[in-house]
Amino acid sequence: MTDTIVIAEIAKGTIHATTSELVTAAAAMGSAPIVIVPCTDASVADAAASIQGASKVIAAKSDAFAHYDAAGWASALDAVAPAGTILTAATPQSKDLAARLAARRNLSVVQDVVAINGNQLTSPVYSGKAMQTVALSGPAVISVRANVFDAAPSGGATEVAVVDTTGNMATAVQEFMARASQRLDVAEANIIISGGRGMGSPDNFVHLEAIADTIGAAVGASRAAVDTWEAIPHSMQVGQTGKTVNPNLYIAVGISGAIQHLAGMRSSKYIVAINKDADAPIFQHADYGIVGTWEDALPVLQSTLSSMMA
Amino acid sequence: MSNIVVLVKQVPDTNAKIVVSGDRVDLSAVKKVMSPYDEFAVETALKHREANGGEVTALTLGGAGADKVLKDAKAIGVDHIVRIDTEGEHDSNALQSALASVLTEIGAEVVYCGKSAADTGAGSTGPGIAERLGWASVSNVISVAFENGLTVVAPSEGGNARISVPLPAVVSCDKGDMKVRKPNVKGIMQAKKAKVEVKTVAMQGSTVSVVAHSMPPAKPAGKSYEGGAAAAEVARLLREEANVI
Repeated sequence: MTDTIVIAEIAKGTIHATTSELVTAAAAMGSAPIVIVPCTDASVADAAASIQGASKVIAAKSDAFAHYDAAGWASALDAVAPAGTILTAATPQSKDLAARLAARRNLSVVQDVVAINGNQLTSPVYSGKAMQTVALSGPAVISVRANVFDAAPSGGATEVAVVDTTGNMATAVQEFMARASQRLDVAEANIIISGGRGMGSPDNFVHLEAIADTIGAAVGASRAAVDTWEAIPHSMQVGQTGKTVNPNLYIAVGISGAIQHLAGMRSSKYIVAINKDADAPIFQHADYGIVGTWEDALPVLQSTLSSMMA
Repeated sequence: MSNIVVLVKQVPDTNAKIVVSGDRVDLSAVKKVMSPYDEFAVETALKHREANGGEVTALTLGGAGADKVLKDAKAIGVDHIVRIDTEGEHDSNALQSALASVLTEIGAEVVYCGKSAADTGAGSTGPGIAERLGWASVSNVISVAFENGLTVVAPSEGGNARISVPLPAVVSCDKGDMKVRKPNVKGIMQAKKAKVEVKTVAMQGSTVSVVAHSMPPAKPAGKSYEGGAAAAEVARLLREEANVI
């Protein structure tokens, strides 16, 4: 059994909770992983020391990690990581990194893994309409979906080794354009509330936004809503030609559940559907289904959640 | 004048029902189309040609059945269509190596592809071939300006980033606010007559092999309620039963 290596997921300058899930996934492949933390300041890696089950934590320190550049990050991490199977998160950025790292080592990449059984890995294909299980006969780079594996417990005390590395940056950021809203993007959020054409008008999305702000959620939309209303941008679209999301909780309001929408959100851990049409296909995928109008349901949801969060 | 290449892939129609028969998906009855994000890549490649001059080659990989996706690209307006002739299953390493070798052979200076293919959803090909070629790459790009190399906009934490990309480079394309052009009658006629250039490449062996396909596990029936007032009960269960709020 070769080494397994976890590349820690970094969000807002700190180690994202998904990293602990990657340690569990690596253990399922048969060995205690080395956790590599890409950072500009090695203290960021201290948080990884407490993840139980890691054999070693390496703070890979480089100016290259200030901004994401696929070539720069892949070269800087390749210089630090030993041979073996590498695991990353399955965020858009980390999938990109996984593909580059694999190519750099002449390895194959398996993306969006949701189950591990020895050397066999399962991922959704055809937008989740089927599952594909592959067998590895050598090291590979794999990305692992969030909210699938249990997080490895904390409370460990693994030593952190700091290793300086350099990356060959191929691109340069000219400027960052922050979103006008403080709200999370659907690709980043752990709770998403989405509206469809059943919302009647883009103006009614304010009701979804109010709930989103109460519980720290992102606001998404169906393709029907994005195509119908100019005020709803494509960046909010969840589904096959929008974003694939995998949150803990997905609340679909006035969304019928077209196959292409389901493709983007069906692997969410919990799904709530609010729709006035009892026959809407979304209900077949809902853990909690409410047959009713959004006009009736959202004020109740809003006030209940507000008092819960108070 | 640029040597522009766009990668296109034929996939099952995204509205098609996927059936697993035995331990493999059965796509025999499914209509095949160009992967939706590849349409944005084709559009971007044509815009690049309009801005800087040059020629656009659409490249795919597969058996003769994949010629249709090349003809579709030709009908929209690409200049050349090339297929790497291969059958059977190959892992990403083998596929990317074959694509990289042909891109070198045809002298590509910039490569556009969709951000992911609708069948695998992986999004590995763009960054993978860029690494093999030693090129820059940016993925999930939502807009491209053809100046100083390229200037692209792609999602970044908390918003978007405007990024300078030196050529040669691979750009994987998301939809953004792009409108794609449709083939006209003349394009369709030209595509009918166009010849696909077929290339053969010695494929590397694969270390990842498909064991089986299966249907997604059925979800147990959820709880269902009548009337909007039930939202209070659902909110309570989200906290106490599901522990997600």
